[in-house]
Amino acid sequence: MTSERDTILRVRDLSVDIPVPSGTLHAVRNVDLSAIRGRTLAIVGESGCGKTMTALAVMRLLPGRARLRAREIGLEGTDLRSLSDKAFSAIRGNRMAMIFQDPMTSLNPVYPIGDQLEEIHIRHRGSGRREARERAEYLLARVGIVNPGTRLRQFPHQLSGGLRQRIMIAMALMCDPALIVADEPTTALDVTVQAQVLHLLKDLQAEFDMALILITHDLGIVARIADRIAVMYAGRIVETGSSRQIFAAPTHPYTQGLIDCIPYPGKTERRTALGSIPGIVPSLVGDAPGCMFRNRCAMAEERCRDGGNVERSVEDGHSYRCVHPVERLRGTMVPS
Amino acid sequence: MAGGLFANEFRADAPGPGEIMRRRGRSHVGFLAGTGFVLLVVLLAVFAPWVSPSDPFTQNLDARLIDPFWAKGGDWAHPLGTDSLGRDYLTRILFGARISLTIGFGAAIISGLVGSTVGIIGGYFGGRVDAVVMYLINVKLALPGILIALSLVSVFGGSLIALIAILGFLFWDRFAVVTRSVTQQIRGQEFVTAAHAVGASHTRILLREILPNVTSHIIVIASLEMAIAILVEAVLSFLGLGIQPPTPSWGLLISEGRNFMFFKPWLIALPGLALFFLVIAINLMGDGIRDITVPEGRGR
Amino acid sequence: MGRFFVQRLGVAVLVAITVSIIGFALLRVSGDLAADLAGEDATPAEIAEIAALYGLDRPLHEQYLTWAADALGGDLGQSLFTNEPVMDLILERVGVTILLSVYSLVLALGIAIPLGVLAAIRANTSIDRAALGVAVFGQAIPNFWFGLILIYLFGVLLRWLPISGSSSFAHFILPTVALGTAVMPALMRLTRTGMLEVLEADFIRTARAKGLRPGAVFFKHALRNAVLPVVSLSAVSLGFLLGGSVIVETVFALNGIGLLAYESILRSDFPVVQSILVFVSLAYIVLTLASDLINARLDPRIRLG
Repeated sequence: MTSERDTILRVRDLSVDIPVPSGTLHAVRNVDLSAIRGRTLAIVGESGCGKTMTALAVMRLLPGRARLRAREIGLEGTDLRSLSDKAFSAIRGNRMAMIFQDPMTSLNPVYPIGDQLEEIHIRHRGSGRREARERAEYLLARVGIVNPGTRLRQFPHQLSGGLRQRIMIAMALMCDPALIVADEPTTALDVTVQAQVLHLLKDLQAEFDMALILITHDLGIVARIADRIAVMYAGRIVETGSSRQIFAAPTHPYTQGLIDCIPYPGKTERRTALGSIPGIVPSLVGDAPGCMFRNRCAMAEERCRDGGNVERSVEDGHSYRCVHPVERLRGTMVPS
Repeated sequence: MAGGLFANEFRADAPGPGEIMRRRGRSHVGFLAGTGFVLLVVLLAVFAPWVSPSDPFTQNLDARLIDPFWAKGGDWAHPLGTDSLGRDYLTRILFGARISLTIGFGAAIISGLVGSTVGIIGGYFGGRVDAVVMYLINVKLALPGILIALSLVSVFGGSLIALIAILGFLFWDRFAVVTRSVTQQIRGQEFVTAAHAVGASHTRILLREILPNVTSHIIVIASLEMAIAILVEAVLSFLGLGIQPPTPSWGLLISEGRNFMFFKPWLIALPGLALFFLVIAINLMGDGIRDITVPEGRGR
Repeated sequence: MGRFFVQRLGVAVLVAITVSIIGFALLRVSGDLAADLAGEDATPAEIAEIAALYGLDRPLHEQYLTWAADALGGDLGQSLFTNEPVMDLILERVGVTILLSVYSLVLALGIAIPLGVLAAIRANTSIDRAALGVAVFGQAIPNFWFGLILIYLFGVLLRWLPISGSSSFAHFILPTVALGTAVMPALMRLTRTGMLEVLEADFIRTARAKGLRPGAVFFKHALRNAVLPVVSLSAVSLGFLLGGSVIVETVFALNGIGLLAYESILRSDFPVVQSILVFVSLAYIVLTLASDLINARLDPRIRLG
C-alpha cells in the first residue's frame, strides 16, 4: 500500500457544471481520484465523457463559464481550492504540468521553441536566460531530440508532430513537477510515433519519479502502462480498479464494451466485426437519475432507471456503479 | 448490445435551422431595433407626399430660417423649422430619405450583382479565371473610391441614375471577395462533388448548390454596402457634385445649411442625424442578419 | 517565400499599369482636351493646332505610352488652370495629406488596439458592448458631417481649436479626429475578433498551463498573434486614408492633395485629377506590398516557409 506521503494528488467529489442555454450541463459528476508518486493512473472513456474536463478542473484551466465543486483537490498536501488564481499559477507548470492532445496547435507559432521552454523556468525558478537555456537543452536531449541547440532556435511549424510532442513533454518537465497530466498525448500522432512517445513518457516517469495521469479513449494503450484505471462515462467514473483487475474482471457493461473494442492479434478472429458500442451518449444537460448507460446496455432492466449510481465494491481497490450482481456479469461475460 | 430496454431513451429533438433563426431573430435587440427603424424610414419615404406638412419645393421668402418647435421662435406649422429659402425642413428631410434609400437600394443591387457574379465565378472555376478575378479585385481596391466617384460624377453629371450606376459599379469588391472565398469553401464539399458525379452542369451547380449557400453572406454585405452608398451619395451631394438643387438630398441639405451653421446649427444637425441614424440602423440590421444566419452562433 | 513575393510584385506591377490606363482613360473621356487647352473662344483651326502640338491627334495607345513615359520621368503634364507642372502642385501639397493620414492612422490604432483587446478579454460584458457601440458609432457617422460638428463644438462654441488651414499641429487635431474615426471601427473589430480567436487557441491554454502570469499570456502570447492581421489592415487603411482625405481636407480647408483634387475636379483640371488618382493608387499598391513584407517579418510561418 502507498503511504500518505506518496499520494501526490487527491481529488474527492469533483463536479463540473457548465451553464448552457437549455439548462446546466453536468460535465463531471462526483469524481474521486488519486495519483501516486511513480505510478500511472489512466482515465479512459469516449470523447465527451468528462475526462478532459476533469483534468482541466484539476489544473484550473476550465473554460470561463464552467463551475467547479469539490470536497477536496489536494496536491502534495496543499488544498488547491483555497489558492488565489495568482498563487495557483505559481504551482501550474511548476509542481504539476499538463501535456495536450494536439502538439501542432499547442505551441505558439510566432516564438522559437527555446523561448517557450525557457520562460517556464524563468517564471517559476526566477532563473536567468542562460540557466533556463541549459535546462531546456538538457531536457530536449533527454526526450530524444538530437541537436537540441539548433532545435531551440527553430519555430514550431518547422518541426514534425512527433518532435513537437517531445517538446511538449520537455516543456512539462522544465520545473521537475510532481504530477504530469497527459491529455490524449498520442492521439494526434502517427501510429508509428505513438508507441515511442508513450514509452518515453513511461521512462521519464520512472526517472523523475512523478505521478502520471494519462487521459485516453483507447483502452488498448492503457494496458501496458497504467497501474490504475478509471473508466468514465457521461461524467461519472463507472468503474475503477488496478489495471489487472479491470482487464481480468471487467464489471461494468461499459468497461466490457470498451475491452471488446480492442483488437488482439491472434486472439480476435479474422473477419469478425470488432466490437463497437451502439447507441448515442445521452445529453448531460439537466438532472438525470439512474444509470446513464442504460440506453446502450443490453442488460438494462427497470431498476436501472433510478438505481445504478451507487458505488459498489468487487474487492479491495476495485469498484463499479451498476445494479447488476457481480456474479451474473462474471458468469455471462467473462467465461473462466 | 443494441435493442436494450432503454434503447430509445435520450434521443434529443433538435430544433431545425429555421426555428433556430427565428428564435435568434426574436431575441436579437440590435436586429429588431435596426430593422424597425429602417422599415419606419422606408414607410415615411414612400408616403412622404402624404405625411409631410408641405411641399419640398415651395419657397416662402417671408418664412425663412424659422427655428424648430423646441426653440423660442419655432411653431408647429413648421415642426423642424424652415431653410434659407423658407421651405419646410421636415418635408425636405422626409423627401431626402427617398433619395438616400433609392440610391442605397439601387447601388447595393448593382454592386451585389456585379460583385457576386465575379466572386462566385472566380471561386468556382479557380485557376486562370480566378487569377483574372483576383486581378480585377486588386485593381478595384487600388483605386481611391471617393476620388473616382467624384471624377465620374463631374463627367457624367449627378442624376439619380448616374449616381446609382457609378456607386454600384464602384463598390462591388467586397461582394466579390466574400462570395469568392465562400464559394471556394463550398466547392470542395461533398454535396458539390456529388452533384458533379451525377453529371450536373456548371450552371445547375452554381444556381442550385452554390448560390443558396452564399445568399446569406450576400444579404449581409448588401446591407453594409447600402449604408456605404448612402454615405457616399451624401458626400458627393455635400461637395456639390451629386444630387443637384433644388432636389432635397441629405448631403445637399447639410451643404446648404453650412452657410448658416454658426447661428442655425440645427440646419446641419438634423439632416446629419437622419443620415447617422439611418446608417446605424442599416448596420445593426446587417450585423443582426449575420448573427442570426451564422451556423454556430458565434462571432459578430 | 521568394517565389511568393515575385508573384506579388508581378501582380502589383500589372495592377499599377491598369490603374494608370484607367487614369489616362478618365482624362480622355472627360472631354476634348485640346478644346480645353485652347480656351473658350478658340477657332477649330486653333484647336487642331493645339491638338497637333500636344500630340492629341495621334492614336490613343501612342498617346498613353507617351504620357506614361513622361510620367515615369517625373513629368505629369501641366495644370490647365494654373499652367504649373502637375508634379510641383502635388509635391507642394502631398506632405499635408501624408501627415493627416499618418496622424489619423496613429489615432485610430491608439484607440482600436487597446479597445479591441479589452473587448475581447471582457467578451460579452458591458465593456465589450460599449466597445461595439463605439465601433458602430464610428462606422455610421458621416465624416464630413462629423467634421462640421467638431468645427461647431470646438471651433465655434468652445473656441479651443482652429477650424481651417494647415499651418500648425493644432490645425490637424480636428481633421485627424474626423478622419481617424472613419478607419478606427474596422481596426477595432479586427483586433477584437483576432484576439478572441487567439484566446481560444490551444497555445494560449498551454501558456496558462505553464503558469505564466496573465500579463504574459495576454500580451506576449495572444497579442502578437492577434495583431498580425491588424498590421495588414493598417497598411491598407493608410492607402484608403490618402484617397479618403479629400472630404476632410475640403471641410477643414486643409491644403493637401485631396483638396487639390476636389478643386481640380470642380474646374475640370483633369491632368491634375488624373495624376492624383494614379499617385494615390500607386501609394496603395506600394503600401499593400509593404504590409506583406512586414507580415513576413512578424510571422515566422511566412518568413521561413
